[in-house]
Amino acid sequence: MPSHRRAALVLALLALLGAASFAAALAVGSLSVPLADVVAALAGEPVDHAAIVRDLRLPRALAGFACGGLLALAGALMQVLLRNPLADPYVLGISGGAGVGAMFAILLGLSAAGLNGLAFLGALGAMLIVFGLAHGDGAWTQTRLLLTGVIVAAGCGALVALMLSIAPEHKLRGMLFWLMGDLSQTGAPWGALGILVLALAASLPFARELNLLARGHDTAQALGVDVRRLRYTVYAIASLVTAVAVTSAGSIGFVGLIVPHLVRLAIGNDQRLLLPAVVLAGGALLTLADTLARTVVAPQQLPVGVLTALIGVPVFLFLLARHRQ
Amino acid sequence: MSAHEPPLIETRGLAVSVGGHTVCRDLAFALAAGERLAILGRNGAGKSTLLSVLAGLRDADAGEVRLGGETYAALGPRAAAKRRGWLPQRHSDAFASTVLETALTGRHPHLGRWDWESKQDTEIARGALKAVGLAEMAERDVQTLSGGERQRLAIATLLTQAAPLYLLDEPLAHLDLNHQIAVLDLFAGAARDCQAGIVIVLHEPALAWRYCDRALLIHGDGRTELGPVREMLTAERLSALYQHPLCAIEADGMIGFIPR
Repeated sequence: MPSHRRAALVLALLALLGAASFAAALAVGSLSVPLADVVAALAGEPVDHAAIVRDLRLPRALAGFACGGLLALAGALMQVLLRNPLADPYVLGISGGAGVGAMFAILLGLSAAGLNGLAFLGALGAMLIVFGLAHGDGAWTQTRLLLTGVIVAAGCGALVALMLSIAPEHKLRGMLFWLMGDLSQTGAPWGALGILVLALAASLPFARELNLLARGHDTAQALGVDVRRLRYTVYAIASLVTAVAVTSAGSIGFVGLIVPHLVRLAIGNDQRLLLPAVVLAGGALLTLADTLARTVVAPQQLPVGVLTALIGVPVFLFLLARHRQ
Repeated sequence: MSAHEPPLIETRGLAVSVGGHTVCRDLAFALAAGERLAILGRNGAGKSTLLSVLAGLRDADAGEVRLGGETYAALGPRAAAKRRGWLPQRHSDAFASTVLETALTGRHPHLGRWDWESKQDTEIARGALKAVGLAEMAERDVQTLSGGERQRLAIATLLTQAAPLYLLDEPLAHLDLNHQIAVLDLFAGAARDCQAGIVIVLHEPALAWRYCDRALLIHGDGRTELGPVREMLTAERLSALYQHPLCAIEADGMIGFIPR
């Protein structure tokens, strides 16, 4: 059971990591800016490249941080809700649902708002199907849940492939980048950041109850948790958070799976500490990954989802092998 | 205890069914402080189902369950958790956690929303671990425990919860003989010294005879019989209950039931 002091130390360290990821995101790029100039630019002084730092890199770093935090929070909540360490928005087919909505929007030539709206609806639709079918709390529902997620993801993949194949040439690149997860097209990051802060603030009062929920439905109820209400609350928060993250950055895989798992390995599974910690760690990871994505083959940009998937797939396979016993 | 204090648990007109068969109909009983009630019946008769109805985890078809005079609906889960503890039959741990952390979950109903477990809570949990012989394992991961150790940890969590009524679903599962007797002695002591009430699902009628005041026999077809253990746990009744002939052998003031 972590003490207050340990919790503060862990969160301070992760906040430092977050700050370091911001420093890297603002300083590094096809044009590198010295750290002193970055600080000066943020303070509003008219130094060289202040516009690049303030208007291009800062919003993108903030969007990356928000999406990483949202995805990690969604993953952590779903893992507790379903009592399954393998649950995350990508594995459960929810990103796939958003993908279908987004592809349809691009195909119809809708505006950014239309794209976001349809992606949001797609994510919620997939979520309803997957969670609706996995209702319950037994061992069979866990297998059934992962299977349902896989099937829904496969179905979404097929629909996406269908739309890609009939899409006109000039729309293909935008569609592909969206599918692979991309932060270069995101607009103002404040909406996503606001939802992140709200969702974390809404989850923390239930953190100790979530610790009990992770130990089983009846066990939690017997120890005084209103399980029904808690599950609906967490389900609503996790759905909203996932849909916002996927909508603003496309389908970025595995952040929601790996970040909670690694943080859990490092600090244990007390949600009171885990939830804020995964938000900071997820934000820092995605900010760093996005910085890498736009620098490794600069001036070409990689979709950040490619990088997170390259890291995520081996880690996921490792976890799956470990949980087989 | 004053005579007009409401019973720890009482049922009125309770009807329970599971998977299309009736467990009990119109069951009425009350358990006073310090009383011990054994529930016996064949596999699938509905003992665990009945116990989870008594624990407020499952709805009854009809009738009501009251804890200290109040229904679960009136109490809410949190207040109910201070009045009764429930030991599940199976334990599954999806995530890693230490033995001490697991035992500390019993303190949940006693803590406010923003409270963290205090030193005193930790001492209560360590005391409970000591009582079941797990004191040395406080930092072990629950996922590495054997079945018997996990069962004893669940009992320690229940002791940490410190409710005056214990609803125990097969507390002896996975335990070897010495631990079976130790666990029964532990709860018998809680009933004697702390006036705890015990409702316990047991498979061994001889242990029910020795450790309980009353027995509830569940026949599995809706018929139930309730009475003092010495009237209920006879070779004749048990042969009918388990649908296999048994004979009773008494020695040293104890009894054993042997299948013929």
